[in-house]
Amino acid sequence: MNAFSVDAAFLIAILAMGLATYATRVSGYLFLRGREVKGRAKAAMDAVPPAILMAVIAPSVFLGTWIEWAGAAVAFTSAMLRLPLLVTIAAGVATVALLRAVS
Amino acid sequence: MAKQYWTDFWRGFGDVSPLLVAYAPIAAIWGAVAAGQGLSTLEAILMSAIVYSGAAQFVALDLMKSGTPLSLLTFAIATVALRHVLMSASISRSIAHFSPARASVLLFWLTDEAWALLERRAQHQKLTPAYFFGASFPLWPNWVLFSGIGASVGNLLGDGARYGLDFAFAGIFIGVLAGFWKGPRTGAILVASAVTACLAKLWLPGAWYIIAGGVAGMALAVVTWREEEAT
Repeated sequence: MNAFSVDAAFLIAILAMGLATYATRVSGYLFLRGREVKGRAKAAMDAVPPAILMAVIAPSVFLGTWIEWAGAAVAFTSAMLRLPLLVTIAAGVATVALLRAVS
Repeated sequence: MAKQYWTDFWRGFGDVSPLLVAYAPIAAIWGAVAAGQGLSTLEAILMSAIVYSGAAQFVALDLMKSGTPLSLLTFAIATVALRHVLMSASISRSIAHFSPARASVLLFWLTDEAWALLERRAQHQKLTPAYFFGASFPLWPNWVLFSGIGASVGNLLGDGARYGLDFAFAGIFIGVLAGFWKGPRTGAILVASAVTACLAKLWLPGAWYIIAGGVAGMALAVVTWREEEAT
């Protein structure tokens, strides 16, 4: 197969997928634009960043092995010490890589 | 004006630059897996440029492997991307002063990682379009370039899990998450989200666990809301 060949059905599929991902990225903004959010609705919106951040990582950390737990603990400690983001990422990745190599 | 623009742009670029390094190998691994699934290099590049969502693209490859029809694939990708609706709604409050046209273009680059950086910045400073652009856009050519390289060199990198690269994503989110701590109520939201997401991961298909955890955290915030906290 040629490196530059593109299947027509596949191209249509990725255009549809791209439209789907873009639609999700712009829709929240279009719904809420220019609306004042207060009271309980504001409380719900304020909860989105921590709740979604946690929901994305919780299964891969808590349902993982002790190695993922250790990596998360190291990254969490680094974050609590207010170390730069890169240090936090590197510390978590290095912990996981090291423990996987020796276990 | 022009000077301030570039100052903000480069500040955003500085914040996102570690992620450029972290995501190059992940993009390359995706490209290599895509090549393994029979995608040509150009198809892999187009998919990265147009779909532009790491999570969605890995899921898509996984589904293609099990022979899912392309039409169903699009629906599955939409559910994986659904978390962006909540991210977009949340960030809309920090970009309300952007012109709608400009915001609609910038939001194309609202990936999980860019969103996390923007929310972190918005806690302390007013977001500018220049910062948004600087902190989000560079990830795009980076992702496209390295997925193309990964696809053309095939499986050269091997299993990224060996280098702990699959953990980079969790590392970013943990690092950003710490900045959202505002006392015990945040703790309660996090517990509700984590428990619900884990249960949903075990019982529900696809990426519904992200929405389930997010909605659980929001619901907890709503029921524990008290009038006197209104600001």
